[in-house]
Amino acid sequence: MSGHSQYKPKSNFAKWLERRLPILSFMYDSFVAYPTPKNLNYLWTFGAILSFMLVAQIITGVVLAMHYTPEVTLAFNSVENIMRDVNWGWALRYAHANGASMFFLAVYIHIFRGMYYGSYKEPRELLWILGVVIFMVMMATGFLGYVLPWGQMSFWAATVITNLFSALPWVGPSITTWLLGGYSVDNATLNRFFALHYLLPFIIVAIVALHVWALHVTGQNNPTGVEVKDLKKDTVPFTPYATMKDGFAIGVFVILYAWMTFFVPNYLGHPDNYIEANPLVTPPHIVPEWYFLPFYAILRAIPNKLLGVIALFLSILIVAALPWLDTSKVKSGTYRPLFRKFYWAFVAVSIGLGYLGSQPAEGAYLWIARLLTFYYFFHFLVILPLLGRREKPDPLPKSISEATANRGASHA
Amino acid sequence: MRKLRSFASSLRITLVGLERAVIFSAALVVASIFAPIAQANDALKHEEHPKLYNWSFAGVFGRYDTAQLRRGFKVYKEVCSTCHSIKMLAFRNLSQSGGTEFSEREIVELAASYKIKDGPNDAGEFFDRPGRPSDRFPAPFANEQAARAAMSGAYPPDMSVLAKARGHSRGFPQFLLDALPFIAYQEGGVDYVASLLTGYVEAPAEVKIPDGQYYNIYMSGRRIGMPPPLSDGVVTYDDGAPQTVNQYAQDVAAFMMWSAEPHLNARKRIGIGVISFLLVFAGLLYFTKRRIWSKVAH
Repeated sequence: MSGHSQYKPKSNFAKWLERRLPILSFMYDSFVAYPTPKNLNYLWTFGAILSFMLVAQIITGVVLAMHYTPEVTLAFNSVENIMRDVNWGWALRYAHANGASMFFLAVYIHIFRGMYYGSYKEPRELLWILGVVIFMVMMATGFLGYVLPWGQMSFWAATVITNLFSALPWVGPSITTWLLGGYSVDNATLNRFFALHYLLPFIIVAIVALHVWALHVTGQNNPTGVEVKDLKKDTVPFTPYATMKDGFAIGVFVILYAWMTFFVPNYLGHPDNYIEANPLVTPPHIVPEWYFLPFYAILRAIPNKLLGVIALFLSILIVAALPWLDTSKVKSGTYRPLFRKFYWAFVAVSIGLGYLGSQPAEGAYLWIARLLTFYYFFHFLVILPLLGRREKPDPLPKSISEATANRGASHA
Repeated sequence: MRKLRSFASSLRITLVGLERAVIFSAALVVASIFAPIAQANDALKHEEHPKLYNWSFAGVFGRYDTAQLRRGFKVYKEVCSTCHSIKMLAFRNLSQSGGTEFSEREIVELAASYKIKDGPNDAGEFFDRPGRPSDRFPAPFANEQAARAAMSGAYPPDMSVLAKARGHSRGFPQFLLDALPFIAYQEGGVDYVASLLTGYVEAPAEVKIPDGQYYNIYMSGRRIGMPPPLSDGVVTYDDGAPQTVNQYAQDVAAFMMWSAEPHLNARKRIGIGVISFLLVFAGLLYFTKRRIWSKVAH
């Protein structure tokens, strides 16, 4: 988007630095002068919210790691020690545990925003794929982190998830043993999970850097899905416009985050995780954290273990194929009346799968889960490709400035 | 060409049909989630839903009732501690603010009344000494096997975080409302504990209860290894509170909640400050944002 840098170093130090490492002009071009479409709505603030959450998780997590002990006989007690005797330990731990949920809440809104406005379409395919990669690393990080308190759900989630790999033909059992560092979830598993849980967030930071880089090359999509035609008319500089709007959105989001942390800190948790891990006692219902529930429902909907595991991974990977599955040339759902209905059906199906993932996989629950799992894939593989070819989109505005001018007129 | 066009139009019809089918099945799914799915509700097998109590520490402005925690501690000390450990609790915790708030002197005396195993000393031997405020409550049994041997196979769980380690399903849509302000339901565990302690009733004639098991309508499967621990008058209160099973159950459940969440008072107090600040801060951000954007059509 940007041509030659507009940045003019003023101080002698800035001039000195700019000749050797143009980091100031880079920052200026990326976060001050960077043109953003002026019609972005609040759904576009979730990128900033996610950046905030990533930093919040890393800061709380690093301090928690100073007090945590990744050893099977001490882990549970060390977490309780944080809750009881470490100064502000309860706040850090509740902020970190609920922070994971808030992170996933934000990422789901971010992803569904992209799906509605066709943000994955040309030329943003790679930007979208990087996003899916971030999401997958986030899921791994969330899962690894959930194991660390070494409660019953931690232990059995680790057992169930590592067991998935044993479904692979030939190599499955060896891979599982390799992942666990033994034949069952034990001290070696906890140790490596802790090491990886500390590592992966920094890998997320690196992929986020690529994600933002790719975004700054293509520029942001916007609610009309019409590309920027005229920088002067269609965009505003990132600072102060986007920074202030993002700042306000983060402010509101943090209110929700603080509410969860201070007033209902255990709402999203499972009571069983306050029981120390016991390999001899299986909980009656093993359920993952809420943000994994739709995928858990898909896994359990398939009667065959290997196929279930394949469906689970495909259900995530298929999202990366969206740029090619959605054949419509029109990006934004605002101008695709038929797509909109299917979009909301898909949202409902995803939430429905989440609910079913929390229920026992039996009777009517199981059959509805199978129906919804079928529909989940049907949406990607049949509905989206067909819709793009067959639906009649509404007329698009010529430009972003025309769209905002019309809106302003109709409001007046 | 005509063939192609008619294929296209038939496809469009298919899409419209598909849309209807999707809406219909969505309605079906929603209906089935709302409707309580018919389950074999065998009253003799499934436990009853815990009673909902009025806890002083529930909600945004809820705080522990010091007098109740002290009574609950008395019940724990005189009844529960015979079998249940509470190993994460130190004597000093009982003098912290937002808890039982005993005085330092009371804590020194309380600790000294316990024998703590310590060592090895210079001679390499382990020995018993009087407790100090920094010690944790000693467990009634040396290990799980010792407990099971003494309790005809049952293992009384540690009570330190037990109030958070229990809960009950609130069902749809209540579980969604539980997160909201002015409901903020976080008392599933204490409701369950207090209910369980008052849930011992005569077993129906058709239910066979094996030796060492008791009939409790709130226990999963309605069979529990713990004999009814409370009876009216078993603990003497000196603050005039009724000496009934119902009162004991609530008091000890509240004490267990405090033991599981000793910083609850501070958490809620600070939370009110944090959220008040954030509301004002977000308001200021909003007006700043509005001012900045006021000259841009967007």
